[in-house]
Amino acid sequence: MPRARVLIRPKEGILDPQGKAVERALPALGFEGIEHVHVGRMVELEAEDPERLAELCEKLLANPLIEDYEIQTL
Amino acid sequence: MIWGVLQFPGSCDERDALHACSLLGEARLVWHEERDLDGVGGVVVPGGFSYGDYLRAGAIARFSPAMEAVAELAAAGGPVLGICNGFQVLCEAGLLPGALLLNESMRFVCRQLDLVGDGGERLSIPAKHGEGRYYAPDEVLDGLEANGQVAYRYAPGQNPNGSARDIAGVRNEAGNVVGLMPHPEHAVDPLTGSTDGLRVFEAVAAAGAPA
Repeated sequence: MPRARVLIRPKEGILDPQGKAVERALPALGFEGIEHVHVGRMVELEAEDPERLAELCEKLLANPLIEDYEIQTL
Repeated sequence: MIWGVLQFPGSCDERDALHACSLLGEARLVWHEERDLDGVGGVVVPGGFSYGDYLRAGAIARFSPAMEAVAELAAAGGPVLGICNGFQVLCEAGLLPGALLLNESMRFVCRQLDLVGDGGERLSIPAKHGEGRYYAPDEVLDGLEANGQVAYRYAPGQNPNGSARDIAGVRNEAGNVVGLMPHPEHAVDPLTGSTDGLRVFEAVAAAGAPA
């Protein structure tokens, strides 16, 4: 069955406290020069009909009000 | 009116909600697999971590058979109250506008706070959540305010989670579906310091037409 990967991330402009917390922790670990960190989710799946993945994302995997998604067929 | 309090795997406030409802009338639990509400005229979607909050809080619960029945009840004008996780479920189900995001502070909040209802009433009610930051796009927020759909706000200076415009609870356009993050069911007995929570249940009961 065709494999796919769905990347879900907070929409641009919506405060992402997880990303901020990671970003703030980095200098203490000696990582300088890293910014705009955003934390999202990745869903891996196999789909008989990859054409329906967008609908799946809209209805369940992502909340389109607050998240963007990207479908990668593998 | 008979109140039904939904119970999902992972719910944890359904007993307190049931107790609160039983102070107003008859009440029973409704298991998430029940498709028929069977005489229930008003519903509480309680707090907790339905289906483990997997994926997103409330995202899976909205597909349960009981939620189909709740959507029908809501469409028929029946009163529906979503508390905390229940508010998240109602937003995910599209019965209420907006979404709840991780608290701005990244911390779980657990404290007694003051809410101000849109009639100006001040209520002392506890809040306990990690994902309670109300969000909706600005044009949606403007619409909610213009339509009188902001049911409760955190009192000035008490917004615990970074919610947009201090919004603690909203209602749908018809007014019969209400959701809020703080927990009125934990404030119905003088023993716990406040009985203001009962007024939230009463307001929702009055706003809906029992089926």
